[in-house]
Amino acid sequence: MHRILTAVTALSLCTAGAASAQDYAGHLKARQGQFRILAINLGTLGDMAQGKTEYDAEAAQAAADSLVAVSMIHQGPLWPEGSSEMDMDGTRAKSEIWDDWEDFAAKWGALGEAATAMQAAAGNGAEAIGPAMGGLGGACKACHDSYRAPQN
Amino acid sequence: MRKAIAAVVLVAIAAAGAGWVLTAPKRLPEARFAGMTGDPAAGERVFTAAGCASCHHAPDAEGEDKLVLSGGQRFASEFGTFVAPNISPDPEQGIGDWGLTAFANAVMRGISPSGRHLYPAFPYTAYAHMRDADVADLWAYLLTLPASDMPSEPHEVAFPFNIRRGVGAWKLLYASDDWVMREVPDAQLERGRYLVEALAHCGECHTPRDGLGGLDSSAWLTGAPNPSGKGTIPGLTPDQLDWDASSIAYYLESGFTPDYDSAGGHMVAVVENFAKLEASDREAVAAYLKALPAGGDMD
Repeated sequence: MHRILTAVTALSLCTAGAASAQDYAGHLKARQGQFRILAINLGTLGDMAQGKTEYDAEAAQAAADSLVAVSMIHQGPLWPEGSSEMDMDGTRAKSEIWDDWEDFAAKWGALGEAATAMQAAAGNGAEAIGPAMGGLGGACKACHDSYRAPQN
Repeated sequence: MRKAIAAVVLVAIAAAGAGWVLTAPKRLPEARFAGMTGDPAAGERVFTAAGCASCHHAPDAEGEDKLVLSGGQRFASEFGTFVAPNISPDPEQGIGDWGLTAFANAVMRGISPSGRHLYPAFPYTAYAHMRDADVADLWAYLLTLPASDMPSEPHEVAFPFNIRRGVGAWKLLYASDDWVMREVPDAQLERGRYLVEALAHCGECHTPRDGLGGLDSSAWLTGAPNPSGKGTIPGLTPDQLDWDASSIAYYLESGFTPDYDSAGGHMVAVVENFAKLEASDREAVAAYLKALPAGGDMD
């Protein structure tokens, strides 16, 4: 009897996992989409900082504003428990995110601060973008160091 | 018959004796560092490029605390889990009472002050290529850092890898004074080689290892499985990493790839270090990587 119960419990846990993995496909898209928007706008700014493209104040400001906009998206709803790389394919989100959500949220907050600094700097020429890129890079790395699993 | 047995026994004893002698720790000549005094200010750049703090700071240290080299970070491998020791200047728990010669023997030869082989999780086969003056400067700098009285934890290594003499045999196979890239036609490549092969010890993660854990120089910097067991560490040869030199240098400065993805995992610490170095150092590393042959065969 005990064994049957264990088997039933195990089975139900498995199916629960499978079901939620299905349910979270949209969450994954949203999470990864916002990072993609960040990357594209960072690209605009970074290429100007490196001199790969010519500085354009308006485009730089628009890119920086977009970074700030993304940083204002409230992260809670995008990261339901059970949507880590241990639970489902297609994500590199480590389960440590949920072990220390406060720290994870603080690191997202640090991205917001770095984006705001870029927003203030972007209109002031290519030379002003460089240091602000450093701050943004620091914010990205700090979170990826702890909460993103290595690429397969 | 008895003679034959005696001969076999003698040969076995001789072989064991030879093995014992061959695998004994080979210290640096006593005179090599005698009387040398390092410059702590110059040592800071060596310290940063060599990434000492990245492995030796406490597991969750942030900011200035990363200069407290109390150890405790754990490094899993297929041979066991290595725990970084306390290398702060504390004379009891750290290495403050070692002196330069003992320090150089640890860094360049993998030998502890008591004469034991150190495990090669400590990348002394790379640091063996360090310039003596850099080792002296590094020692002088380390002594300026805060002391920690945190005791070092033992490594979690099972038989047979817990036999330290085995590390002596390993050194016979894999420790070499030769550079992997034998020819460096200009000063930039020479600096790049010094950074990649000696100080920053890039090959330790980016080069595949053979069954005994030695680096495979016929596939130098072509990427490897992550020793943690999850994921892979990317290859850096031009056929695998097709970024131009300025993009590589920018990645080492900012952590951004050409697609503006950002570094993660242990590379975060590496980028943090490289960001503090001169732009010329990052450019030298990029030049070195661009000079590698496709496929990484350096033999």
